[in-house]
Amino acid sequence: MSLLIPDSGLLFWMTLSFGIVFFILAKFAFPVILKAVDQRNAYIKDSLQSAHEAEEKLAALHLQAEAILEKAQDERKTILHEAQETKKRIESEALQTAETEARMRLERAMAEIEESKRKALVEVRDQIVDISVKIAGKVVSEDLTRDKKQKELIDRLLQEEIIYKS
Amino acid sequence: MQLSSKLKHNLFLLLLVFLLIPGRVAAGEVDVKEIVFEHLGDSYEWHMTQWGEKEFVIHLPVIVKGKEKGWHIFSSARLAHGAEYEGFHIASEGEYKGKVVEINPAGDKVRPSLDISLTKNALALWINCIVLLCLILPLVNWYKKSTHTPPSGWKGAVEILMINIRDEVIKPCIGEDYKRFTPYLLTVFFFIFINNIMGLIPFFPGGANVTGNIAITLVLALCTFLAVNLTGTKEYWKEIFWPEVPVWLKLPAPIMPVIEIFGVFTKPFALMIRLFANIMAGHSVILGLICLIFITVSMGAAINTGMSILAVLFSVFMNFVEILVAYIQAYVFTLLSAVFIGLSKVKQETH
Repeated sequence: MSLLIPDSGLLFWMTLSFGIVFFILAKFAFPVILKAVDQRNAYIKDSLQSAHEAEEKLAALHLQAEAILEKAQDERKTILHEAQETKKRIESEALQTAETEARMRLERAMAEIEESKRKALVEVRDQIVDISVKIAGKVVSEDLTRDKKQKELIDRLLQEEIIYKS
Repeated sequence: MQLSSKLKHNLFLLLLVFLLIPGRVAAGEVDVKEIVFEHLGDSYEWHMTQWGEKEFVIHLPVIVKGKEKGWHIFSSARLAHGAEYEGFHIASEGEYKGKVVEINPAGDKVRPSLDISLTKNALALWINCIVLLCLILPLVNWYKKSTHTPPSGWKGAVEILMINIRDEVIKPCIGEDYKRFTPYLLTVFFFIFINNIMGLIPFFPGGANVTGNIAITLVLALCTFLAVNLTGTKEYWKEIFWPEVPVWLKLPAPIMPVIEIFGVFTKPFALMIRLFANIMAGHSVILGLICLIFITVSMGAAINTGMSILAVLFSVFMNFVEILVAYIQAYVFTLLSAVFIGLSKVKQETH
Protein backbone atom coordinates (compact mmCIF):
# COMPACT_ATOMS: atom_id res chain seq x y z
CA MET A 1 0.00 0.00 0.00
CA SER A 2 2.91 2.29 -0.70
CA LEU A 3 0.52 4.26 -2.91
CA LEU A 4 -1.27 5.59 0.15
CA ILE A 5 1.86 6.77 1.93
CA PRO A 6 2.97 10.22 0.83
CA ASP A 7 6.59 10.25 -0.16
CA SER A 8 8.63 12.87 1.70
CA GLY A 9 10.72 13.78 -1.36
CA LEU A 10 7.65 14.39 -3.47
CA LEU A 11 6.07 16.36 -0.66
CA PHE A 12 9.11 18.60 -0.67
CA TRP A 13 9.06 19.12 -4.44
CA MET A 14 5.32 19.60 -4.48
CA THR A 15 5.43 22.20 -1.73
CA LEU A 16 8.25 24.00 -3.48
CA SER A 17 6.81 23.93 -7.00
CA PHE A 18 3.25 24.67 -5.96
CA GLY A 19 4.51 27.45 -3.74
CA ILE A 20 6.49 29.03 -6.55
CA VAL A 21 3.66 28.68 -9.05
CA PHE A 22 1.19 30.07 -6.56
CA PHE A 23 3.48 32.98 -5.78
CA ILE A 24 4.03 33.86 -9.45
CA LEU A 25 0.41 33.47 -10.47
CA ALA A 26 -1.06 35.16 -7.43
CA LYS A 27 1.33 38.07 -7.57
CA PHE A 28 1.80 38.72 -11.26
CA ALA A 29 -0.88 36.92 -13.23
CA PHE A 30 -4.35 36.59 -11.76
CA PRO A 31 -4.77 40.08 -10.30
CA VAL A 32 -3.62 41.67 -13.57
CA ILE A 33 -5.79 39.46 -15.76
CA LEU A 34 -8.87 39.64 -13.59
CA LYS A 35 -8.55 43.39 -13.24
CA ALA A 36 -8.21 43.77 -16.99
CA VAL A 37 -11.20 41.52 -17.59
CA ASP A 38 -13.27 43.45 -15.09
CA GLN A 39 -12.25 46.71 -16.72
CA ARG A 40 -13.17 45.31 -20.10
CA ASN A 41 -16.50 44.11 -18.78
CA ALA A 42 -17.19 47.53 -17.34
CA TYR A 43 -16.18 49.10 -20.64
CA ILE A 44 -18.48 46.79 -22.58
CA LYS A 45 -21.29 47.45 -20.15
CA ASP A 46 -20.80 51.19 -20.48
CA SER A 47 -20.64 50.96 -24.24
CA LEU A 48 -23.80 48.91 -24.32
CA GLN A 49 -25.51 51.37 -22.05
CA SER A 50 -24.53 54.35 -24.14
CA ALA A 51 -25.52 52.49 -27.28
CA HIS A 52 -28.84 51.77 -25.70
CA GLU A 53 -29.26 55.38 -24.74
CA ALA A 54 -28.33 56.52 -28.20
CA GLU A 55 -30.85 54.10 -29.60
CA GLU A 56 -33.52 55.47 -27.33
CA LYS A 57 -32.63 59.00 -28.31
CA LEU A 58 -32.77 58.00 -31.93
CA ALA A 59 -36.14 56.41 -31.42
CA ALA A 60 -37.38 59.59 -29.73
CA LEU A 61 -36.03 61.63 -32.62
CA HIS A 62 -37.78 59.29 -35.02
CA LEU A 63 -41.02 59.86 -33.20
CA GLN A 64 -40.47 63.58 -33.28
CA ALA A 65 -39.68 63.47 -36.98
CA GLU A 66 -42.77 61.45 -37.63
CA ALA A 67 -44.86 63.91 -35.68
CA ILE A 68 -43.40 66.76 -37.65
CA LEU A 69 -44.03 64.92 -40.87
CA GLU A 70 -47.59 64.21 -39.90
CA LYS A 71 -48.13 67.82 -39.00
CA ALA A 72 -46.65 68.90 -42.30
CA GLN A 73 -48.88 66.50 -44.13
CA ASP A 74 -51.89 67.85 -42.30
CA GLU A 75 -50.86 71.34 -43.15
CA ARG A 76 -50.38 70.41 -46.74
CA LYS A 77 -53.82 68.92 -46.80
CA THR A 78 -55.34 72.06 -45.34
CA ILE A 79 -53.44 74.25 -47.74
CA LEU A 80 -54.49 72.15 -50.68
CA HIS A 81 -58.03 72.19 -49.47
CA GLU A 82 -57.96 75.92 -49.08
CA ALA A 83 -56.41 76.33 -52.48
CA GLN A 84 -59.09 74.19 -53.98
CA GLU A 85 -61.75 76.28 -52.35
CA THR A 86 -60.16 79.48 -53.47
CA LYS A 87 -59.94 78.10 -56.94
CA LYS A 88 -63.57 77.15 -56.93
CA ARG A 89 -64.52 80.50 -55.56
CA ILE A 90 -62.48 82.37 -58.10
CA GLU A 91 -63.90 80.22 -60.85
CA SER A 92 -67.44 80.75 -59.80
CA GLU A 93 -66.80 84.42 -59.34
CA ALA A 94 -65.25 84.64 -62.76
CA LEU A 95 -68.14 82.77 -64.21
CA GLN A 96 -70.58 85.08 -62.55
CA THR A 97 -68.75 88.13 -63.70
CA ALA A 98 -68.57 86.77 -67.19
CA GLU A 99 -72.24 85.99 -67.17
CA THR A 100 -73.14 89.40 -65.88
CA GLU A 101 -70.88 90.98 -68.44
CA ALA A 102 -72.36 88.94 -71.21
CA ARG A 103 -75.82 89.71 -70.12
CA MET A 104 -75.03 93.37 -69.82
CA ARG A 105 -73.48 93.39 -73.24
CA LEU A 106 -76.42 91.59 -74.65
CA GLU A 107 -78.73 93.99 -73.03
CA ARG A 108 -76.73 96.89 -74.31
CA ALA A 109 -76.69 95.41 -77.80
CA MET A 110 -80.37 94.82 -77.59
CA ALA A 111 -80.87 98.36 -76.48
CA GLU A 112 -78.73 99.62 -79.29
CA ILE A 113 -80.58 97.45 -81.73
CA GLU A 114 -83.82 98.74 -80.31
CA GLU A 115 -82.51 102.27 -80.59
CA SER A 116 -81.30 101.81 -84.15
CA LYS A 117 -84.55 100.18 -85.06
CA ARG A 118 -86.45 103.03 -83.55
CA LYS A 119 -84.20 105.56 -85.29
CA ALA A 120 -84.51 103.65 -88.54
CA LEU A 121 -88.25 103.55 -88.18
CA VAL A 122 -88.29 107.26 -87.45
CA GLU A 123 -86.13 107.90 -90.49
CA VAL A 124 -88.13 105.58 -92.65
CA ARG A 125 -91.25 107.32 -91.55
CA ASP A 126 -89.67 110.71 -92.19
CA GLN A 127 -88.53 109.66 -95.60
CA ILE A 128 -91.79 108.03 -96.39
CA VAL A 129 -93.37 111.34 -95.45
CA ASP A 130 -90.80 113.19 -97.58
CA ILE A 131 -91.25 110.82 -100.49
CA SER A 132 -94.95 110.94 -100.17
CA VAL A 133 -94.88 114.71 -100.09
CA LYS A 134 -92.53 114.81 -103.11
CA ILE A 135 -94.52 112.23 -105.01
CA ALA A 136 -97.69 113.96 -104.16
CA GLY A 137 -96.19 117.23 -105.34
CA LYS A 138 -95.02 115.76 -108.55
CA VAL A 139 -98.29 113.88 -109.09
CA VAL A 140 -100.13 117.07 -108.52
CA SER A 141 -97.88 119.03 -110.82
CA GLU A 142 -98.01 116.38 -113.59
CA ASP A 143 -100.70 116.05 -116.04
CA LEU A 144 -102.70 113.20 -114.68
CA THR A 145 -104.59 112.17 -117.74
CA ARG A 146 -103.81 108.67 -118.24
CA ASP A 147 -103.96 106.04 -115.52
CA LYS A 148 -101.27 104.08 -117.14
CA LYS A 149 -99.03 107.03 -117.37
CA GLN A 150 -99.79 107.87 -113.81
CA LYS A 151 -98.86 104.51 -112.60
CA GLU A 152 -95.64 104.47 -114.54
CA LEU A 153 -94.84 107.87 -113.20
CA ILE A 154 -95.36 106.77 -109.60
CA ASP A 155 -93.18 103.72 -110.21
CA ARG A 156 -90.44 105.78 -111.78
CA LEU A 157 -90.55 108.31 -109.02
CA LEU A 158 -90.49 105.66 -106.38
CA GLN A 159 -87.57 104.01 -108.11
CA GLU A 160 -85.75 107.25 -108.37
CA GLU A 161 -86.38 107.99 -104.74
CA ILE A 162 -85.08 104.60 -103.64
CA ILE A 163 -82.01 104.80 -105.85
CA TYR A 164 -81.43 108.32 -104.76
CA LYS A 165 -81.87 107.33 -101.18
CA SER A 166 -79.55 104.40 -101.43
CA MET B 1 -11.87 16.76 -38.30
CA GLN B 2 -13.41 14.57 -35.65
CA LEU B 3 -12.19 11.49 -37.40
CA SER B 4 -8.68 12.75 -37.60
CA SER B 5 -8.64 13.66 -33.92
CA LYS B 6 -9.89 10.19 -33.12
CA LEU B 7 -7.19 8.73 -35.27
CA LYS B 8 -4.69 10.82 -33.42
CA HIS B 9 -6.08 9.52 -30.20
CA ASN B 10 -5.72 5.96 -31.31
CA LEU B 11 -2.22 6.76 -32.35
CA PHE B 12 -1.57 8.00 -28.85
CA LEU B 13 -2.88 4.79 -27.46
CA LEU B 14 -0.74 2.73 -29.77
CA LEU B 15 2.21 4.78 -28.69
CA LEU B 16 1.26 4.13 -25.10
CA VAL B 17 1.26 0.45 -25.92
CA PHE B 18 4.70 0.63 -27.45
CA LEU B 19 6.01 2.79 -24.70
CA LEU B 20 5.03 0.77 -21.74
CA ILE B 21 4.74 -2.82 -22.65
CA PRO B 22 7.16 -4.21 -25.26
CA GLY B 23 9.95 -5.04 -22.86
CA ARG B 24 7.72 -7.26 -20.85
CA VAL B 25 6.11 -8.94 -23.80
CA ALA B 26 9.52 -10.06 -24.91
CA ALA B 27 10.01 -11.59 -21.49
CA GLY B 28 6.90 -13.69 -22.01
CA GLU B 29 4.71 -13.34 -18.95
CA VAL B 30 2.73 -10.15 -18.52
CA ASP B 31 2.45 -9.07 -14.93
CA VAL B 32 -0.42 -6.59 -15.15
CA LYS B 33 -0.31 -5.73 -11.49
CA GLU B 34 3.33 -4.81 -11.64
CA ILE B 35 2.92 -2.76 -14.81
CA VAL B 36 0.03 -0.82 -13.36
CA PHE B 37 1.62 -0.32 -9.97
CA GLU B 38 4.92 0.67 -11.45
CA HIS B 39 3.15 3.31 -13.49
CA LEU B 40 1.05 4.57 -10.61
CA GLY B 41 4.03 4.78 -8.30
CA ASP B 42 7.11 6.86 -8.58
CA SER B 43 10.57 6.00 -9.87
CA TYR B 44 14.07 7.40 -9.95
CA GLU B 45 14.26 7.26 -13.72
CA TRP B 46 11.87 8.10 -16.52
CA HIS B 47 11.55 5.01 -18.63
CA MET B 48 10.24 6.22 -21.98
CA THR B 49 10.48 3.24 -24.28
CA GLN B 50 12.49 0.25 -25.28
CA TRP B 51 13.44 -0.37 -28.88
CA GLY B 52 14.81 -3.85 -29.25
CA GLU B 53 17.64 -4.01 -26.78
CA LYS B 54 18.05 -0.28 -26.53
CA GLU B 55 16.25 1.42 -23.66
CA PHE B 56 15.32 5.06 -23.72
CA VAL B 57 15.54 6.21 -20.16
CA ILE B 58 16.03 9.59 -18.55
CA HIS B 59 18.14 9.07 -15.46
CA LEU B 60 17.10 11.58 -12.86
CA PRO B 61 19.22 12.87 -10.02
CA VAL B 62 19.05 11.10 -6.69
CA ILE B 63 19.35 13.53 -3.80
CA VAL B 64 19.60 11.82 -0.43
CA LYS B 65 20.90 12.54 2.99
CA GLY B 66 22.23 9.35 4.45
CA LYS B 67 21.83 8.60 8.12
CA GLU B 68 25.57 8.83 8.66
CA LYS B 69 27.07 9.60 5.31
CA GLY B 70 25.54 13.02 4.81
CA TRP B 71 24.28 14.52 1.54
CA HIS B 72 24.70 12.66 -1.72
CA ILE B 73 23.70 13.75 -5.19
CA PHE B 74 24.24 11.36 -8.06
CA SER B 75 22.53 10.11 -11.20
CA SER B 76 20.10 7.27 -10.84
CA ALA B 77 21.98 5.57 -13.68
CA ARG B 78 24.43 4.42 -11.02
CA LEU B 79 21.66 2.50 -9.30
CA ALA B 80 20.23 0.95 -12.47
CA HIS B 81 19.58 -2.80 -12.45
CA GLY B 82 20.13 -3.13 -8.71
CA ALA B 83 23.63 -1.63 -8.67
CA GLU B 84 24.96 -0.17 -5.46
CA TYR B 85 26.57 3.25 -5.19
CA GLU B 86 28.14 4.69 -2.08
CA GLY B 87 26.15 2.31 0.04
CA PHE B 88 22.83 3.20 -1.57
CA HIS B 89 20.72 0.96 -3.76
CA ILE B 90 17.12 0.63 -4.86
CA ALA B 91 15.30 -2.01 -2.86
CA SER B 92 13.85 -4.68 -5.10
CA GLU B 93 11.46 -6.02 -2.47
CA GLY B 94 10.25 -5.53 1.02
CA GLU B 95 8.79 -2.53 2.73
CA TYR B 96 10.79 0.00 0.70
CA LYS B 97 10.42 -1.66 -2.68
CA GLY B 98 11.44 0.73 -5.45
CA LYS B 99 12.94 3.26 -3.06
CA VAL B 100 16.55 4.16 -2.41
CA VAL B 101 17.76 2.46 0.77
CA GLU B 102 21.03 2.30 2.62
CA ILE B 103 22.37 -0.37 4.89
CA ASN B 104 22.92 0.79 8.43
CA PRO B 105 25.74 -0.46 10.63
CA ALA B 106 23.45 -3.09 12.11
CA GLY B 107 23.04 -4.55 8.63
CA ASP B 108 19.41 -3.56 8.14
CA LYS B 109 18.03 -1.84 5.09
CA VAL B 110 16.81 1.61 6.09
CA ARG B 111 15.60 4.66 4.24
CA PRO B 112 18.00 7.59 4.18
CA SER B 113 16.95 10.28 6.64
CA LEU B 114 16.03 12.52 3.74
CA ASP B 115 15.25 11.57 0.16
CA ILE B 116 14.40 14.54 -2.00
CA SER B 117 15.43 12.94 -5.27
CA LEU B 118 14.04 14.55 -8.37
CA THR B 119 11.91 11.56 -9.23
CA LYS B 120 9.73 11.02 -12.28
CA ASN B 121 6.74 12.61 -10.60
CA ALA B 122 8.82 15.50 -9.32
CA LEU B 123 10.17 16.19 -12.78
CA ALA B 124 6.70 15.86 -14.30
CA LEU B 125 5.48 18.27 -11.64
CA TRP B 126 8.04 20.86 -12.69
CA ILE B 127 7.28 20.36 -16.38
CA ASN B 128 3.57 20.76 -15.70
CA CYS B 129 4.25 23.88 -13.65
CA ILE B 130 6.13 25.36 -16.58
CA VAL B 131 3.31 24.40 -18.94
CA LEU B 132 0.88 26.05 -16.55
CA LEU B 133 2.92 29.24 -16.40
CA CYS B 134 3.26 29.22 -20.20
CA LEU B 135 -0.52 29.00 -20.44
CA ILE B 136 -1.35 31.81 -18.09
CA LEU B 137 1.48 34.33 -18.26
CA PRO B 138 0.91 35.19 -21.96
CA LEU B 139 -2.50 36.48 -20.93
CA VAL B 140 -0.79 38.99 -18.68
CA ASN B 141 1.23 40.25 -21.62
CA TRP B 142 -1.88 40.37 -23.72
CA TYR B 143 -3.67 42.55 -21.23
CA LYS B 144 -0.68 44.79 -20.78
CA LYS B 145 -0.90 45.58 -24.49
CA SER B 146 -4.62 45.81 -25.08
CA THR B 147 -7.23 46.18 -22.41
CA HIS B 148 -10.38 46.30 -24.46
CA THR B 149 -9.87 43.48 -26.94
CA PRO B 150 -10.52 39.99 -25.65
CA PRO B 151 -7.86 37.41 -26.50
CA SER B 152 -8.64 34.73 -29.06
CA GLY B 153 -7.58 31.11 -29.45
CA TRP B 154 -6.23 29.20 -26.48
CA LYS B 155 -5.68 32.39 -24.53
CA GLY B 156 -9.38 33.03 -24.82
CA ALA B 157 -10.09 29.50 -23.64
CA VAL B 158 -7.87 29.97 -20.59
CA GLU B 159 -9.58 33.25 -19.87
CA ILE B 160 -13.04 31.71 -20.19
CA LEU B 161 -12.10 28.96 -17.73
CA MET B 162 -10.66 31.52 -15.36
CA ILE B 163 -13.66 33.82 -15.45
CA ASN B 164 -16.06 30.93 -15.28
CA ILE B 165 -14.41 29.53 -12.15
CA ARG B 166 -14.29 32.94 -10.54
CA ASP B 167 -17.86 33.96 -11.33
CA GLU B 168 -19.63 30.62 -11.01
CA VAL B 169 -17.64 28.97 -8.23
CA ILE B 170 -15.56 31.32 -6.15
CA LYS B 171 -17.91 34.30 -5.98
CA PRO B 172 -21.10 32.47 -4.98
CA CYS B 173 -19.34 30.05 -2.60
CA ILE B 174 -17.26 32.49 -0.61
CA GLY B 175 -19.36 35.60 -0.78
CA GLU B 176 -18.16 39.13 -0.34
CA ASP B 177 -14.64 38.25 0.81
CA TYR B 178 -13.93 36.24 -2.34
CA LYS B 179 -11.19 38.47 -3.74
CA ARG B 180 -8.71 37.37 -1.11
CA PHE B 181 -9.00 33.73 -2.10
CA THR B 182 -9.42 34.03 -5.85
CA PRO B 183 -5.69 33.72 -6.70
CA TYR B 184 -5.29 30.64 -4.52
CA LEU B 185 -8.39 28.88 -5.83
CA LEU B 186 -7.62 29.70 -9.44
CA THR B 187 -4.08 28.42 -8.99
CA VAL B 188 -5.46 25.21 -7.50
CA PHE B 189 -7.90 24.77 -10.35
CA PHE B 190 -5.40 25.28 -13.14
CA PHE B 191 -2.71 23.35 -11.34
CA ILE B 192 -4.90 20.28 -10.95
CA PHE B 193 -6.41 20.61 -14.41
CA ILE B 194 -3.04 20.86 -16.17
CA ASN B 195 -1.60 18.01 -14.18
CA ASN B 196 -4.62 15.84 -14.92
CA ILE B 197 -4.49 16.58 -18.63
CA MET B 198 -0.74 16.13 -18.87
CA GLY B 199 -1.16 12.78 -17.16
CA LEU B 200 -3.35 11.64 -20.03
CA ILE B 201 -0.68 12.25 -22.66
CA PRO B 202 0.98 8.88 -22.92
CA PHE B 203 4.54 9.91 -23.75
CA PHE B 204 7.42 11.84 -22.36
CA PRO B 205 6.51 15.24 -21.06
CA GLY B 206 3.19 13.84 -19.92
CA GLY B 207 2.01 10.47 -18.77
CA ALA B 208 3.15 10.73 -15.19
CA ASN B 209 0.60 9.98 -12.53
CA VAL B 210 1.08 13.28 -10.73
CA THR B 211 -2.36 14.15 -9.36
CA GLY B 212 -2.90 10.45 -8.73
CA ASN B 213 -0.13 10.62 -6.17
CA ILE B 214 -1.19 11.14 -2.60
CA ALA B 215 1.74 13.41 -1.75
CA ILE B 216 0.53 15.93 -4.33
CA THR B 217 -3.08 15.87 -3.21
CA LEU B 218 -1.94 16.00 0.42
CA VAL B 219 -0.16 19.30 -0.15
CA LEU B 220 -3.14 20.71 -2.02
CA ALA B 221 -5.57 19.62 0.67
CA LEU B 222 -3.27 21.01 3.33
CA CYS B 223 -3.24 24.38 1.59
CA THR B 224 -7.03 24.41 1.57
CA PHE B 225 -7.03 23.35 5.22
CA LEU B 226 -4.80 26.29 6.07
CA ALA B 227 -6.83 28.68 3.95
CA VAL B 228 -10.01 27.57 5.70
CA ASN B 229 -8.79 27.56 9.27
CA LEU B 230 -6.33 30.44 9.33
CA THR B 231 -8.94 32.84 8.02
CA GLY B 232 -11.93 31.46 9.92
CA THR B 233 -14.12 33.99 11.67
CA LYS B 234 -14.91 34.03 15.38
CA GLU B 235 -18.33 32.68 14.56
CA TYR B 236 -16.76 29.72 12.74
CA TRP B 237 -14.71 28.72 15.77
CA LYS B 238 -17.64 29.26 18.07
CA GLU B 239 -19.71 26.88 15.95
CA ILE B 240 -16.99 24.29 16.33
CA PHE B 241 -16.39 24.53 20.08
CA TRP B 242 -19.78 25.72 21.27
CA PRO B 243 -22.32 24.90 18.54
CA GLU B 244 -25.95 25.82 18.97
CA VAL B 245 -27.24 22.48 20.20
CA PRO B 246 -28.83 21.37 23.49
CA VAL B 247 -26.37 21.80 26.34
CA TRP B 248 -26.21 18.08 27.23
CA LEU B 249 -24.53 17.50 23.85
CA LYS B 250 -21.72 19.82 24.91
CA LEU B 251 -21.43 19.25 28.69
CA PRO B 252 -20.14 17.29 30.46
CA ALA B 253 -19.05 15.16 27.50
CA PRO B 254 -18.22 17.44 24.53
CA ILE B 255 -19.83 15.22 21.91
CA MET B 256 -20.65 17.89 19.38
CA PRO B 257 -17.33 19.76 19.63
CA VAL B 258 -15.49 16.50 19.07
CA ILE B 259 -17.57 15.77 16.00
CA GLU B 260 -17.05 19.30 14.74
CA ILE B 261 -13.27 19.15 15.27
CA PHE B 262 -13.26 15.80 13.52
CA GLY B 263 -15.10 17.46 10.65
CA VAL B 264 -12.44 20.14 10.38
CA PHE B 265 -9.96 17.45 9.42
CA THR B 266 -12.20 15.14 7.41
CA LYS B 267 -13.11 17.88 4.94
CA PRO B 268 -9.60 18.36 3.52
CA PHE B 269 -8.95 14.67 3.95
CA ALA B 270 -11.89 13.91 1.67
CA LEU B 271 -10.49 16.41 -0.83
CA MET B 272 -7.15 14.65 -0.78
CA ILE B 273 -8.56 11.16 -1.21
CA ARG B 274 -11.11 12.13 -3.86
CA LEU B 275 -8.63 13.64 -6.28
CA PHE B 276 -6.02 10.99 -5.66
CA ALA B 277 -8.42 8.08 -6.08
CA ASN B 278 -10.13 9.46 -9.18
CA ILE B 279 -6.97 10.08 -11.13
CA MET B 280 -5.28 6.93 -9.98
CA ALA B 281 -8.31 4.86 -10.91
CA GLY B 282 -8.45 6.45 -14.36
CA HIS B 283 -4.83 5.63 -15.04
CA SER B 284 -5.30 2.09 -13.73
CA VAL B 285 -8.30 1.40 -15.93
CA ILE B 286 -6.62 2.63 -19.09
CA LEU B 287 -3.46 0.68 -18.33
CA GLY B 288 -5.47 -2.41 -17.51
CA LEU B 289 -7.33 -2.16 -20.83
CA ILE B 290 -4.08 -1.82 -22.74
CA CYS B 291 -2.63 -4.77 -20.85
CA LEU B 292 -5.57 -6.86 -22.09
CA ILE B 293 -3.93 -6.87 -25.50
CA PHE B 294 -0.77 -8.41 -24.15
CA ILE B 295 -2.45 -10.85 -21.82
CA THR B 296 -4.40 -12.34 -24.71
CA VAL B 297 -1.33 -12.80 -26.91
CA SER B 298 -0.98 -16.35 -25.67
CA MET B 299 -4.63 -17.16 -26.42
CA GLY B 300 -4.30 -17.28 -30.18
CA ALA B 301 -4.48 -14.72 -32.96
CA ALA B 302 -8.27 -14.53 -33.22
CA ILE B 303 -8.92 -13.80 -29.54
CA ASN B 304 -5.93 -11.51 -29.43
CA THR B 305 -7.15 -9.47 -32.41
CA GLY B 306 -10.66 -9.27 -31.04
CA MET B 307 -9.50 -8.25 -27.63
CA SER B 308 -7.07 -5.75 -29.09
CA ILE B 309 -9.83 -3.99 -30.99
CA LEU B 310 -12.06 -4.07 -27.95
CA ALA B 311 -9.29 -2.80 -25.71
CA VAL B 312 -8.46 0.06 -28.04
CA LEU B 313 -12.11 1.03 -28.35
CA PHE B 314 -12.57 0.94 -24.60
CA SER B 315 -9.37 2.90 -24.09
CA VAL B 316 -10.56 5.57 -26.50
CA PHE B 317 -13.77 5.77 -24.56
CA MET B 318 -11.92 5.83 -21.25
CA ASN B 319 -9.61 8.56 -22.47
CA PHE B 320 -12.59 10.70 -23.35
CA VAL B 321 -14.04 10.02 -19.94
CA GLU B 322 -10.71 10.88 -18.37
CA ILE B 323 -10.59 14.23 -20.15
CA LEU B 324 -13.95 14.91 -18.61
CA VAL B 325 -12.74 13.67 -15.24
CA ALA B 326 -9.63 15.84 -15.51
CA TYR B 327 -11.86 18.88 -15.66
CA ILE B 328 -14.47 17.70 -13.21
CA GLN B 329 -11.97 16.80 -10.52
CA ALA B 330 -10.17 20.13 -10.83
CA TYR B 331 -13.56 21.82 -10.70
CA VAL B 332 -14.77 19.80 -7.72
CA PHE B 333 -11.58 20.40 -5.75
CA THR B 334 -11.86 24.12 -6.38
CA LEU B 335 -15.59 24.15 -5.67
CA LEU B 336 -15.29 22.29 -2.38
CA SER B 337 -12.30 24.37 -1.30
CA ALA B 338 -14.36 27.47 -2.01
CA VAL B 339 -17.33 26.05 -0.13
CA PHE B 340 -15.18 25.20 2.90
CA ILE B 341 -13.59 28.63 2.85
CA GLY B 342 -17.05 30.14 2.53
CA LEU B 343 -18.26 28.11 5.52
CA SER B 344 -15.45 29.46 7.65
CA LYS B 345 -16.59 32.99 6.85
CA VAL B 346 -19.89 32.72 8.72
CA LYS B 347 -21.03 35.88 10.39
CA GLN B 348 -23.30 36.32 13.38
CA GLU B 349 -26.63 35.19 12.05
CA THR B 350 -29.98 36.45 13.18
CA HIS B 351 -32.11 33.40 13.75
